[in-house]
Amino acid sequence: MSAAATAARADADGQLTVRVWRGAEHGGFQTFQVARRANQTILDVVTEIQREQDATLAYRYACRVGMCGSCAMVVNGRPRWTCRTRVARAEEGGQITLEPMRNMPVVKDLAVDMESFFEKWRDAKGFFEPGETPANDFAVVRPDSPERAQADAGVECINCGVCYSACDVVSWNPEYLGPAALNRAWTLVNDVRDRGQDARLDAVSGDAGCHSCHSHMSCTEFCPKALAPTYAIAGLKRVTARRVWKRGS
Amino acid sequence: MSARLYLAQRLTAMVLAFAVTVHLVTIVYAVRGGLTAGDILARTTGNVGFLAFYVVFVIAAAIHAPIGLRSVLREWTPWRGRSLDLAMLGVAAVIAALGLRAAYAVYAA
Repeated sequence: MSAAATAARADADGQLTVRVWRGAEHGGFQTFQVARRANQTILDVVTEIQREQDATLAYRYACRVGMCGSCAMVVNGRPRWTCRTRVARAEEGGQITLEPMRNMPVVKDLAVDMESFFEKWRDAKGFFEPGETPANDFAVVRPDSPERAQADAGVECINCGVCYSACDVVSWNPEYLGPAALNRAWTLVNDVRDRGQDARLDAVSGDAGCHSCHSHMSCTEFCPKALAPTYAIAGLKRVTARRVWKRGS
Repeated sequence: MSARLYLAQRLTAMVLAFAVTVHLVTIVYAVRGGLTAGDILARTTGNVGFLAFYVVFVIAAAIHAPIGLRSVLREWTPWRGRSLDLAMLGVAAVIAALGLRAAYAVYAA
């Protein structure tokens, strides 16, 4: 797009000043000027910078419509999906500061390495365990059963990492499994078909597990899907404590 | 923190919520009532109920505090592992020993 066309599309509010993190763990902010546009999202801004001002800017996105969970960044101090965040809602006095998500190693600029985040998903036994032998018949799960309701409350997570970036406990204790993995474990604890509950409850206990949560509720505050990992973690604390009370282990 | 430590900390927290309240209210009541140290000792000496209350209080504190301290140290320092757990057992022993000694001293004075 030519400079004239870019200017023509800018609305009357003029320019945005965008500070973008450049580098990896060590680096600094680079400032860009981007034209304001109607209905502009933060992802639009990043894409415009990358395509028209600096092609070396690294960031990650895929679907652009809030389905894939790959475009999360820290926008003016708050972790959010950039594709679903309008500039008008996030800018402060025409200024936007973009940083990579916290609590994960920075690959380059705004792209982080999410491997540890996904490893913890696995470490928390965040996968369905069918047991040694397949079930003989379909499990009947009533939609209004308490277990199904608990699972429903957290099952829409798409692994974007926003909660993990927002979590203070992860920043203090890098081994902590984090809200997303624990939320997933809680949905499976409430899956009546699952045969791996003992191993899962062991996995979410210990110094990396649910009992380390301080209930700051940052995960619940920032989750773009309006899920409440804090309550999932509280559920895990309850179930694991009850297990100790009953069995002593 | 394991589920066992978590449960121990929560259960002792319930005991402490009650014990600390009784402890503080008693202190304020005794001081505002103008009791001297001698008056207080006269009431506590040989009082089995007083001793039992403070034994429970001290044991709850000796369990509760090191669990919390362990979490704080794990979050704010790189200290981990068996040495940390042993040190916290030491803290528990010190709290229990000093507390029980004080409770017994006031009981047996």
